[in-house]
Amino acid sequence: MAKYLIRRFLQLLVVSFVISVLVFMLVHLLPGDPTTQILGANDTAANRAILLKQLGLNLPLWHQYTIWLNAAFHGNLGTSYLNHESVTHILATGAPVSIELILLSQILAFAVAIPLALVVSRKPNRALDNISTTTTFGLLALPPFVVAPILVAVFAVGLGWFPATGYVPFNQSPATNLHDMVLPAVAITAGSIAVYFRLLRSDLISTLQQDFITMARSKGLSNRRIMWRHAFRPSSFSLLAAAGINIGSLIAGTFVVEALFAMPGIGYALVQAVEQRDYLVVQGISLVVAIAFVVIQFIIDFIFTIVDPRVVRE
Amino acid sequence: MPDDRELLDTNSSTRMLGNRIPGTAATDEAVLDMQQHEPVDPNGEPLKKRPFGFLFWFAIGFVGVVLFSAILANVLPLQNPNFGNYSALNQSPSGSHLLGTDDLGRDLLARLVFGARVSLIVGFLGVTIGLVFGGTAGLISGYRGGRLDIALNAGSFIILAFPAIVAVIAIVTFWGASLFHITIILGVATIPLMYRVIRASSLSFAQRDFVIAAKTMGATDTRIVLREILPNVIPVTVTFSLITVAGLIVIEGTLAFLGLSVALPTPSWGNLINEGTANGALSSNPYIMLWPAMAMFLLLWSINLIGDRLRQRFDIREGLL
Repeated sequence: MAKYLIRRFLQLLVVSFVISVLVFMLVHLLPGDPTTQILGANDTAANRAILLKQLGLNLPLWHQYTIWLNAAFHGNLGTSYLNHESVTHILATGAPVSIELILLSQILAFAVAIPLALVVSRKPNRALDNISTTTTFGLLALPPFVVAPILVAVFAVGLGWFPATGYVPFNQSPATNLHDMVLPAVAITAGSIAVYFRLLRSDLISTLQQDFITMARSKGLSNRRIMWRHAFRPSSFSLLAAAGINIGSLIAGTFVVEALFAMPGIGYALVQAVEQRDYLVVQGISLVVAIAFVVIQFIIDFIFTIVDPRVVRE
Repeated sequence: MPDDRELLDTNSSTRMLGNRIPGTAATDEAVLDMQQHEPVDPNGEPLKKRPFGFLFWFAIGFVGVVLFSAILANVLPLQNPNFGNYSALNQSPSGSHLLGTDDLGRDLLARLVFGARVSLIVGFLGVTIGLVFGGTAGLISGYRGGRLDIALNAGSFIILAFPAIVAVIAIVTFWGASLFHITIILGVATIPLMYRVIRASSLSFAQRDFVIAAKTMGATDTRIVLREILPNVIPVTVTFSLITVAGLIVIEGTLAFLGLSVALPTPSWGNLINEGTANGALSSNPYIMLWPAMAMFLLLWSINLIGDRLRQRFDIREGLL
């Protein structure tokens, strides 16, 4: 197990290194002189030279990279050249919003997918199973940028149950915060529900055919105990892995709903920075989100080795 | 990322069984068996191929209509998608504008049809790029093994560890958003995916008896890869490619919705949905958003359904993809 984790950790380091190099290189991908991009075409040559020095762009590339990386390790990812906010500050204020969104959507997804799969898998191919299988298959074709506008049109504009935009921090008013979060969270939940339900359903159906389930039945255990303790437990591992795989599309989902609902999360900040060509902010946010993604994958793998030691042997 | 799911598959023997593709046979006995008569299930009933069903053909039809109209958009009797008729703003569907007009008086049907081009080009061309490079590499690397295989495999893991959307947004910001750039970026992002799936499939066939037999008879490596392995890999490839097309269409749509894809006024379904949500359009004229949202849903649903039915027909386990 230690060997497996060490290997995974080394992989994490390699991936993080590659991410940092690529994100660093982004600025150098700019066609032409980056100072023209940042200052505009009409600035003076003197200002250009100052900026070039400020950004350290007169140094050799590898040297620039080490300086940049060193600063990043010390929490300095540069400042927005538009409003002079530090990138670290932007990330620190945006992260709670995005993380809350992701957590809420996942709680919702599990709350729908798990009970439904448990009910349905006991009697596959009945009406309820067919309805939920068909519905969730449809949900797979509903990415957030399709669901979210429809939800707003129906529940915010039409029925007026929820606000179309807005965000109040949780510690200011938990009730308003959650109320504002309903539509954005539901919008990014649709795909997750479908993925978790379909995976769990097929896992459970095959688990329920195993001998140890027959054994449990013949011991006279209650159905609830069989479903939760005997059938669900082994299937929950794949659910965990699916959640890990799902994070990528959840990140994309938060970008969409934060933009649509004007929620001050990381995605909103990123999209605004892109629109304003605020290159250092784009660079900093990309770096942190990509590394966070890789670290989460690693943590999930780590949890895996604890709950299901069989993975290590693969 | 489908590769991680392989980790879950602790029981590799069931995976092998699940991976068996009818007509290629897992064992010699089965080969003989199939040559002589139809496959038979344990109860002695001949196994009939499950019909694809009405929905499958409906989905094929819908994708066909979208493809057809997107290709022929210039020839079809459509209005200019960028022409604003200021005497017909925000109209509901009618005889002269079948799907209505937007806040600038542009015909929504024309914008919808021309907008389909972006999604389809990115989806299908992107996957083609992935297939040509990733597929070829996967086919060879799975068959040959060795150092090349180890290096490519590790490399693909590293690239797949990236959150695609962040990488794409970052690159688009610095490189500039155009249909060409986005297709290239998403195509390149597809290469490691295609590589992994096709490598796994190629690897599982490389040690089969029919490959060893071909080798013993003195077939060249090229011949074995093209004549023995490639035909067996095709079912997995087709199914997985379709799912990936849907995935790329979603990524492009997300970018377009965020205003990071093809620039306006060129319509794409993503930026049409975005236009339909901006400036109170949801209350004044929900049709602007509704049509592209419905079209996007139907297209993704159709592609998923076709992929899923083909997967069932080819008997590929869901977890493998």
